Amino acid sequence: MSKKPDPPILSFVDFKLNFDTFDGVYQAIDGISFDLSPGESLGIVGETGCGKSVTAKSIMGLLPSPPAEVAGGNIWFDGRNLLKEKSSTLKSIRGNEISMIFQDPMTYLNPVFTIGKQIVDVIMAHQKRGNHDRKLNSKQAFEYGMELLDKVHLPNPRRQMESYPHELSGGMRQRVLIAMALSGEPKLLIADEPTTALDVTIQAQILELIRELREQLNLSVIIITHDLGVVATVCDRVLVMYAGQIVEDASIKQLFDNPAHPYTRGLLQAVPDPAKPNKKLKGIPGALPNLLNPPMGCRFQTRCSSASDKCKRAPTLNEIGTKQKVACWNVGNA
Amino acid sequence: MLAVENLKVYFDVKNIRGVKTKLRAVDGVSLHLKKGEAYGIVGESGSGKSTIGKAILNLAPKTDGKIVIDSHDITTINRANETWLRQHAQIVFQDPHSALNPRMTIMRSVAEPLIVHTKTRGHDLRRRVESLLDIVGLSKQFIYRYPHELSGGQKQRVCIARAIALEPSLLILDEPTSALDVSVQSQILEFLASLQKDLNLTYLFISHNLSVVRYLCQRVGVMYLGKIIEEGTTETVFEHPRHPYTKALLGAIPYPGATQPQSAPPLIGDIPSPVDLPVGCRFHTRCPDKIANLCDKLQPGYHWWKSGWASCHLFDPELNKAAGKVE
Repeated sequence: MSKKPDPPILSFVDFKLNFDTFDGVYQAIDGISFDLSPGESLGIVGETGCGKSVTAKSIMGLLPSPPAEVAGGNIWFDGRNLLKEKSSTLKSIRGNEISMIFQDPMTYLNPVFTIGKQIVDVIMAHQKRGNHDRKLNSKQAFEYGMELLDKVHLPNPRRQMESYPHELSGGMRQRVLIAMALSGEPKLLIADEPTTALDVTIQAQILELIRELREQLNLSVIIITHDLGVVATVCDRVLVMYAGQIVEDASIKQLFDNPAHPYTRGLLQAVPDPAKPNKKLKGIPGALPNLLNPPMGCRFQTRCSSASDKCKRAPTLNEIGTKQKVACWNVGNA
Repeated sequence: MLAVENLKVYFDVKNIRGVKTKLRAVDGVSLHLKKGEAYGIVGESGSGKSTIGKAILNLAPKTDGKIVIDSHDITTINRANETWLRQHAQIVFQDPHSALNPRMTIMRSVAEPLIVHTKTRGHDLRRRVESLLDIVGLSKQFIYRYPHELSGGQKQRVCIARAIALEPSLLILDEPTSALDVSVQSQILEFLASLQKDLNLTYLFISHNLSVVRYLCQRVGVMYLGKIIEEGTTETVFEHPRHPYTKALLGAIPYPGATQPQSAPPLIGDIPSPVDLPVGCRFHTRCPDKIANLCDKLQPGYHWWKSGWASCHLFDPELNKAAGKVE
């Protein structure tokens, strides 16, 4: 899919982010680095509190500071450092070059305005800031909004433009939000648990839509989820995060056929496999470490069955094969 | 053990003009559970699966139908059989964070059913709570903690301890793992499976997660818009689904593996509103195999085979004979 010489569209370089709380400094993200090629679809998986949503929000600059505080590193997007840009530049990037959809489609639409009004607002706001050639008046924007709704396969766009959010089902609202996200013609779409609030049959529809749009518009997509099944359906590559660190970075094939990090293996064993119903499930014992005071070295050592003395030093993300990197002392020749 | 006959739960709703209509959440459901069996109900949100569990425990009003547990008729609740019901059937809810009183210690929460229904007090009570916590895999040190000091998985264990405190014979599990992370979910599932064997419990397991149901249950009923549309042993339903809805539901599960299995294309559209039910087969608005002039007019009957049944015109023997097909 991705051609090698393409420079990455997004790259994280040793990014660190803390939350300043009354109890101390909460080290939410501790030195993550990864690249995203144009047109690539990347999944970020992990459990609650592993920092996957914080990663996404820091790309968009959506974390209020304080309490969030960047403690080091850089985020490069298309040749610009997102952490150093002026807020006006960031505003023109948001929505026009990077856009985002969220978990709960119920809460992201304003209940007292029609869908059409909200889409037109989004289109007008973005064209003011972005460097688009098109300058639509509100009537043209309405037409464009209908075009967008059609693109996300919402039946009868004209009627939907005039309806209020409560008249739409969860799946339809998520489609509206995707349409809004696409209105600025972004290069990167970030989806933060886009289907968690939806039923499986609707989830399948939305995932199909994301896959289709990605091919049509050559979008790069980052999908944040805790569901390994979702990742397997739509992504090319996966980052597995644990306690604010990337523990494994692998292609879909490598991740499922040949998981390297003990945490990844634990996650895969914990999911009931539809094909092997009698598989014995294995949980990962223990709970996430407290990130106010994370363990020295590898953060997974407290729950890892093969932890040893060398795990007291922090492992680095090492390449162990084609398209697979892992941060563990016991894997490869690290 | 548990017999539910033709259960109906209707809610009165008013539409925007104030006209009263009925929301038919559960519309004629019959269930028969054997002792020591785990029965799973799956379906999308709005299919009425949680309402069944609540109606059995008299937490939702029943419009019609009959419910018998262990040959005690609990269709109409009076004081005497309500006490009996609460001792013999218990429920574990989806969200453990809101199911525990934040101002009660774990001891107090778990002891509550014992205080209400038994004469256990003092040291005996404390010892009983400790042994219950031990059964669910929590150590004695939790006994005087408050819910906010516990993680989600630990809270769910406390809820289970509270539910089994009176040694009920029926345990209704309403999405017990949906609020938990996968690594914790698998711990709870493992534990529920062994608990069922140890205490010979009957489970009514309500979930939208089909893989979880497959893991834990022996029999499954698939619900759509207030009706069970296919029922059978777990193996039959998952390996050889017959009803088009079951097929679509199974095909929609994202498969955690490098190669995706071939599956049916996703269903089109949303689940219709239970206020305004489609005429005929309830699934015909989304069904890929619907028969024109039949599915949208006539409710399908039940068609049986060895290990299950489905309610769909596609399996009507007379129709198939007429069309020259043999099932």
